[in-house]
Amino acid sequence: MQQATAAIRVLAPEALQDLISALAATRVVLGPVRRDGAIVYDEISRLDDLPAGWTDRQEAGQYRLEPRTDAALFGYAVGPHSWKQFLLPPREVLFTTRQTADGLDFLPPPAEERTYAFIGVRACELAAIAVQDKVLRDGPYADTAYAARRENAFIVAVNCGTAAPTCFCASMNTGPKAAAGYDIALTELLDGRHEFLAEAGSEAGEALLAALPSRPASAGDLAAAEAVTVNTAAAQTRALNTENLPAQLAAAANHPHWQEVAQRCLSCGNCTMVCPTCFCTTVADHTDLTTADAQRVRSWDSCFTLDFSYLHGGSVRQSTAARYRQWLTHKLSTWVEQFGTMGCVGCGRCITWCPTGIDLVAEATALREAQNGNS
Amino acid sequence: MPRLRLAVFKFASCDGCQLSLLDCEDELLAITDAVEIAHFAEASSTLAPGPYDLVLVEGSITTAQDAERIQEIRKQAGLLVTIGACATAGGIQALRNFADAAEYTRAVYPHPDYISTLATSTPIAAHVKVDAELRGCPISKESLLEFIAATLAGRAPVLPARPVCIECKSRGTVCVLVQGTPCLGPVTHAGCGALCPSYRRGCYGCFGPSETPNTAALAARFTALGQTPREIVHAFRNFNAGAAAFKRESEANEHKTD
Ligand code: SF4
Ligand code: SF4
Ligand code: SF4
Repeated sequence: MQQATAAIRVLAPEALQDLISALAATRVVLGPVRRDGAIVYDEISRLDDLPAGWTDRQEAGQYRLEPRTDAALFGYAVGPHSWKQFLLPPREVLFTTRQTADGLDFLPPPAEERTYAFIGVRACELAAIAVQDKVLRDGPYADTAYAARRENAFIVAVNCGTAAPTCFCASMNTGPKAAAGYDIALTELLDGRHEFLAEAGSEAGEALLAALPSRPASAGDLAAAEAVTVNTAAAQTRALNTENLPAQLAAAANHPHWQEVAQRCLSCGNCTMVCPTCFCTTVADHTDLTTADAQRVRSWDSCFTLDFSYLHGGSVRQSTAARYRQWLTHKLSTWVEQFGTMGCVGCGRCITWCPTGIDLVAEATALREAQNGNS
Repeated sequence: MPRLRLAVFKFASCDGCQLSLLDCEDELLAITDAVEIAHFAEASSTLAPGPYDLVLVEGSITTAQDAERIQEIRKQAGLLVTIGACATAGGIQALRNFADAAEYTRAVYPHPDYISTLATSTPIAAHVKVDAELRGCPISKESLLEFIAATLAGRAPVLPARPVCIECKSRGTVCVLVQGTPCLGPVTHAGCGALCPSYRRGCYGCFGPSETPNTAALAARFTALGQTPREIVHAFRNFNAGAAAFKRESEANEHKTD
């Protein structure tokens, strides 16, 4: 992919305004903003929209913002939002039908006119987008709307300088340094200065980078950037041992630990909603009061609802234990058979945003250990 | 095609759910071809007799007369649909089920002997067969329109019993519970579109219990956030105090000491 060191530059923070403005000329620019006590993704137009000087404090079932002692623009880990909400929106009209004198007209949804630029995509999120690409775009039945939004998105990645205690990308080999799938990758340098190392990952990225005020990167800049992600990886306190995990979870199908988790699990679906790889949707038809028009609508669904496994006569997964087991084993075991990768990228969102703080890493580890003890 | 004859009846309630129907006037007037509003005292003084195809019942049963009246209405109804927390769970007035109603009557009214009331407030389903229920305090206009549209089209209405959290996350709201504010969303039936969390408030449980509510796990979380057993009782003993899962949870916390 990128090899030309010519495409590695150093930018002043102000140059990011030029980056945003250049992208905004043809795209909807989305990036991190501070709102409702969290860092969320929304439309941005100015550098000031970014949450300068803020960081997050995350634990299982807990999230708070705190000021930093510096003016870092990306000094936090991932929050409750993910890019999934733009690439696979929570609600999407698939088509409309209209009754006519001689039958039924099928009307496609209005074509998506907006193209996106994502600013501040983390390594784990790039990995998650790659997972969803495989599921939604690269299989035999491509989701054309997803594929179009994905194709046109310009991605500015950020290599993480801060990990939350819930992050475990290093153990999943998905971060904290972006490996591929970006147009430009930034590393925020705060070693007594405030600058960004910028690397192009595509021709479009290289062209845009060339148009920004910058200077070439020195060996010292490269080493400083490398140190950022090495330190972030080293600072991670959570880790998932994935070795042989798919087989071990499969073998633990009837372990009593699932019942123990079910005592704490609300079956509220929050983990699946925040997970950047969870892709399940439901499709419902809505008629209007005249019954002349109908819409087929696709919306986010969750394996934690009863409807999700409803077959003729009832739901297959009645108990919360069965539903939690479905979710965890899909993420960490059956996903591998199905798609060749794990369905978890180690972003930690499901841990932070579980209202009762159920920890995927702890539960998978407990099941593995129970399994080892049993065998 | 014969028009769908619609009737609305009221029992012990505040009228808020019927107002949601009035709130649909634009939509409903547009479909008077399909729906005849035959009996709706709040909208028209012309009250046509039954039978009706679709009867919406608001309110709970709190008097002996009402217990008889609902039997008569059932006989006139094709589909009988309860609307709102009063009709589906007994409403806020079901708080009397946890107390001595006669004693309250003596404490509140100068002439308690004028008051003729039952000791309990019960949902309509405790008295007659109910074909469908629309939850909420009040119901949402959207679910009412969805129900009527589905009935007209002969399809099943899309009114999932999943928790409010799914609506909350679908609209991108930041979870207030994870930020420290008690919220009943994880155990509450969807339908409001997660209104309160979108205003940074915890869910009050207006739509009653969701399909598989783990109230004990949520109460444990509230305790960890510093709520007293009394506060937890109050959270579950609300508009849907009489709904089975919420009733159980409030009773489980009632005798814990603060
Ligand atoms: S399962 Fe949890 S940690 Fe893994 S990708 Fe999904 S939200 Fe992130
Ligand atoms: S999981 Fe890794 S890549 Fe994702 S936010 Fe945390 S440190 Fe960054
Ligand atoms: S704010 Fe309440 S309803 Fe929304 S996700 Fe959190 S717990 Fe659920």
